[in-house]
Amino acid sequence: MKKAYLGVDVGSVSTNLVVLDESNEVVAAEYLRTSGQPIATVQKGLYSIGQKLKGQLEIAGVGTTGSARYLSSMIIGADIVKNEITAHAIAASSVVPGVNTIIEIGGQDSKIIILREGVVTDFAMNTVCAAGTGSFLDQQASRLTIAIEDFGNLALQAKNPVRIAGRCAVFAESDMIHKQQLGYNNEDIIAGLCEALVRNYMNNVGKGKEILPPVLFQGGVAANQGLVEAFKKYLEMDVIVPPWYDVMGAIGAALLARRAVDKKQKSSFKGFNIREITFKTRSFECQGCSNACEVVQFFENDDLIARWGDRCGKWELQAV
Amino acid sequence: MKISFPHMGYSYIALKWLVNHLGHECIVPPEPSKKTLDLGVRYSPEFACIPFKILTGTYLEVAEKGAEIILTSGGMGPCRAGYYWVMHQYLLDEIGKKVKVIAFEPPLCDLRDFWRKLHRLRVSGGLSVKAFIQVIKVAWEKIKAIDDMEMQSHSIRPYEEKRGDTTRALWEALQFVDEANSEKEVDEARQEGLRVLQEVRRDESRDPVKIGIIGEIYVVLEPAANHYLQIMLGEMGVYTDRSIYLSSYTRKNTIVNLEGDIFQVARPYLNEAPIGGHGVNSIGETILYARHGFDGVVQLAPFACIPEIVAKSIIPAVSRDFNIPVLTLFIDEQTGKAGVQTRLEAFVDLLEKRRELKRQRERWAI
Repeated sequence: MKKAYLGVDVGSVSTNLVVLDESNEVVAAEYLRTSGQPIATVQKGLYSIGQKLKGQLEIAGVGTTGSARYLSSMIIGADIVKNEITAHAIAASSVVPGVNTIIEIGGQDSKIIILREGVVTDFAMNTVCAAGTGSFLDQQASRLTIAIEDFGNLALQAKNPVRIAGRCAVFAESDMIHKQQLGYNNEDIIAGLCEALVRNYMNNVGKGKEILPPVLFQGGVAANQGLVEAFKKYLEMDVIVPPWYDVMGAIGAALLARRAVDKKQKSSFKGFNIREITFKTRSFECQGCSNACEVVQFFENDDLIARWGDRCGKWELQAV
Repeated sequence: MKISFPHMGYSYIALKWLVNHLGHECIVPPEPSKKTLDLGVRYSPEFACIPFKILTGTYLEVAEKGAEIILTSGGMGPCRAGYYWVMHQYLLDEIGKKVKVIAFEPPLCDLRDFWRKLHRLRVSGGLSVKAFIQVIKVAWEKIKAIDDMEMQSHSIRPYEEKRGDTTRALWEALQFVDEANSEKEVDEARQEGLRVLQEVRRDESRDPVKIGIIGEIYVVLEPAANHYLQIMLGEMGVYTDRSIYLSSYTRKNTIVNLEGDIFQVARPYLNEAPIGGHGVNSIGETILYARHGFDGVVQLAPFACIPEIVAKSIIPAVSRDFNIPVLTLFIDEQTGKAGVQTRLEAFVDLLEKRRELKRQRERWAI
């Protein structure tokens, strides 16, 4: 049977699964909303991607990334766990070799990654501001009663984008309401918002970074054509949106898994059918010393498979 | 009198001994916890920086335990931290806590004031001048021993076979210092502690990347304020050296102190010194770490800290000229551990990859 590699990216807003074949082509992809339930979503996603493959490929390696990367690695049985910055960089360099700048905007974070000659040389992630991320756009779309999918196209129809304060999500929202009260049409306001978000991004995460082409724009928000155009206008250069822009993190995890199993020989993958297993976390406060660490225990059915959260590592050792 | 002080790393072990042996009763400040931060955030101005908020919380906690006097540091120059003790006194008065804050200004700035405050501590404790000097000497030896052991732990941790072994060994070692009562005993405790640390089982085949830690003093010195950054990095297999230790001002055993005037080092980038806090130091130290072959630097800064913001905007130029990557982490009460971990993991990946390429190029060159 032919070999394939699974990458799983569990983020705050979406959970993405990707299967790559031996020539690193995407053979199956799944984009789900996490809805605050990472365990159930991973189980569901894994099952449906298993259905798509119909048992024709053998999963030879699994990688996880995203903010729930450690949790999901235990559910799935991952061969490698990697942070999303590295995963995105790996995926981008495989899609566009020689990429110099990656703009990545996801559900709750936005980042910039600077590469030179295929190596990450610098990166930044938003710290204190969520303006411009997917969650904020979601919220504004629903406030304007526009489907998020139409958001970008409406922006493209704008004739005169209005100037909106983009320093902070809260100010952006009140400024938007103000512009609506003045009678501006939705298209111009949305286009103005896109431009404000780009300014915010460049001032926030992009500050002090040397942005050279080729520039790749990925993450769920790259679906928004309005933002793509706003970036092109601001940067005065072409911005490439790769075909699998919304699952790039998962692609990176799959590529990393492939490298990891090359060294490791055998995959720890537990199989697609983990729907029947119940995963639970329980925690307790350790009374061993005055630190009173909160120790988290992770159960697969009734078996304890992992423990973490203790600073001294004594519980963690006992679980292994 | 019941005396307390801010919590800063492991220094409380020495300060506790000092206060008790000056003839006072020590209220040991608890390690800053979520509770400390909650209290601090509740009673501090919103735009005060994280060290201010943690100290507010700590002071309220020790006041609860009966502290009557809080000893802290003042400070001169443009950083507002120099006035924090005044603000804290106002806050404590306003909340109705009967606590007096006594701040020691740098001796060079007002020597008479410094001696007057020391004198009051000595007289109220009922010690002779000779005994007083002896007690201070032992406490100072303790601070040095604690720093020596902590430094040692950071060079051992990246090699440990089992996660947590080094941390547990360090706790054991610190216990020895805690129990010592004379210069001789402190020295023995130091030897014993270093031996315990040496015994941690290690995998010497590892090749850790080296990261220098720079930034504002409180968030650099207090692990609870920086998410135990050095321990986190150590457990990821990274060798760390930090720019500030309490005892380092007088010693030559840290990299930063090997090179003399840090302002001089920073001068090509900032002709204006000091700019308050550790702003200029951060620039100079980045240069020093680059010169000493470190792979990268992590700058720790309290959110809204002006000196560190100034440093941050100059550091990209230093980073380019000296070819050393720098990651800046701004810390406030909103900072989550997961975010810090993600950035650090990515930064370490970046450093490892860079080092790999650099070595490859060197091999080709040969």
